[in-house]
Amino acid sequence: MNSPTREALPAVDSGRPHAASTAAPARKSVWAQRFLLSPAVLSLLLWSVVPLLMTIYFSVTRYNLLSPDESGFVGLDNYRFLWSDPSFLPSIFNTLLLTGAVLLISVVGGVLLAVLFDQEFFGRGIARLLVIAPFFVMPTVSALIWKNMLLHPVYGLLAAAMHALGLQPIDWLGQYPMFSIIMIVSWQWLPFAFLILLTAIQSLDPEQKEAAQIDGAGPFSMFFYIVLPHLKRAIGVVVMIETIFLLSIFAEIYTTTAGGPGTATTTLSFLIYSMGLQQFDVGMASTGGILAVVLANIVSVFLVRMLASNLKGENEQ
Amino acid sequence: MSVAHSRLRYGITTAVAWSLAILVFFPIFWMMITAFKTEEQAYQLSVIFQPTLQSFREVFARSDYLSFAGNSIAISLGVTVLSLLLAIPAAYSMAFFPGPRTQKILLWMMSTKMMPSVGVLLPVYLLWKNSGLLDTVSGLIIIYTLINLPIAVWMAFTYFCEVPKEILEAARIDGANTWQEIIHLLLPMSLPGLASTGLLLLILSWNEAFWSINLSSSHAAPLTVFIASYSSPEGLFWAKLSAASLLAVAPIMVLGWLAQKQLVRGLTFGAVK
Repeated sequence: MNSPTREALPAVDSGRPHAASTAAPARKSVWAQRFLLSPAVLSLLLWSVVPLLMTIYFSVTRYNLLSPDESGFVGLDNYRFLWSDPSFLPSIFNTLLLTGAVLLISVVGGVLLAVLFDQEFFGRGIARLLVIAPFFVMPTVSALIWKNMLLHPVYGLLAAAMHALGLQPIDWLGQYPMFSIIMIVSWQWLPFAFLILLTAIQSLDPEQKEAAQIDGAGPFSMFFYIVLPHLKRAIGVVVMIETIFLLSIFAEIYTTTAGGPGTATTTLSFLIYSMGLQQFDVGMASTGGILAVVLANIVSVFLVRMLASNLKGENEQ
Repeated sequence: MSVAHSRLRYGITTAVAWSLAILVFFPIFWMMITAFKTEEQAYQLSVIFQPTLQSFREVFARSDYLSFAGNSIAISLGVTVLSLLLAIPAAYSMAFFPGPRTQKILLWMMSTKMMPSVGVLLPVYLLWKNSGLLDTVSGLIIIYTLINLPIAVWMAFTYFCEVPKEILEAARIDGANTWQEIIHLLLPMSLPGLASTGLLLLILSWNEAFWSINLSSSHAAPLTVFIASYSSPEGLFWAKLSAASLLAVAPIMVLGWLAQKQLVRGLTFGAVK
């Protein structure tokens, strides 16, 4: 691709730009390239291989930190136990429900908000900052502000508002736990979708919009034929990134419901945490871990393909 | 007619957009004002009150707030520096000496982000425990760096790709060696990009709450863990919860606001600019 670069660099390296032959520098350049690349590649390689192999090994082992005498290879017993665990299937369902619902809310809401905030209006810059702000709030803070100050069934602001309207206050996290978690997590991730989609919408060519308007396109055909196709790629990126983060939502549940009531908000992440670091059953938790990896891979096979084609498009431009 | 129409439209857009903005921002606003109340005032849900710094004083007096904040700062800065040290050479090599496998390596790096953290929670916990990294600042720096390294490499890579190769080649012909080329040309030219890479790493590691909750308890716990301790009934001390939260959130929110454009690019691996 840039053979002049490859030849020129090592020659200069030696301090004798004109003295070097062309064969030696090429080799030296490959060496330099590997040398610079290897720290990052090796650490990521270790990171992606060693812990995963250990998880696989633990998942076929009886290993409980509380009873170290019992140990050894147990084949697929852990998988059978996990399958028959009454909280396992709900945890898969909850993980997918939480991910799907928040994705839907943040993408649909994000597109609508981005279209609205792309219009001219008074104080637009500041209003935009207000909308993206929740994304910068750490998960433990947003979960606790919602749980204690807004959703609390006795003292919370929503309870007070409902009292004022003569309604019976709702115990949000008790009666509608998953709905409440979805609300809290959407509050954090809708601003992210908004930020990305607004940036994308701003790169829409104004002339294209004007041309469509002159051709008599109304707001709806404008949205469906001009804006939405333009946002396709950005929406894909939002879906991919949010999926990565949403599949492993943990802190919000840890600080609000601790997976309850019952298994109502137990996601796979929380189940693995409670098996591993609360019951100290390393074997079972690792089995759950393997299933979390499998789940993420099933979901991401589609997503990586989508992004790969996106990036190809980028490089051609 | 047309002028009146567009004025009406402007007015309605302003009203709707601002209502939504206020609705979205409200929980943060509520936290901000509650932080300046006393505990009694906090439960009166009023917006008119005599502001006080009492809750902030109590947060500092009753908890080791400064040590948590210090851990957050040490961890975020450590992650930023270490990630950049690993990412810049790698991105340089891939941007200026692309080989047949460069594209594959980049995609593979990103695919490591697909692995859910919880899938390796137990091995990492045991490895960290056995090597004395559990509940240490360096233990958290290592894990955050590994998590964020793909983002750092990608961002640095996209910024380096924008540096015109001709300039670097010209410098080489003038006798600059690789080192001089990087220090005197490449880094200054891509400084804004690298700065926003650093900023993104800072924000991500400041707010990370999965590994911090699981790998630290008292000694190395950052602010995310400190705030999580309010999930006990202590969280009903609203004014103190708000004061502690506001201090933990405010600096990063300001940085995020300042860097929003660059963040979009970093978070989307350069796919949206």
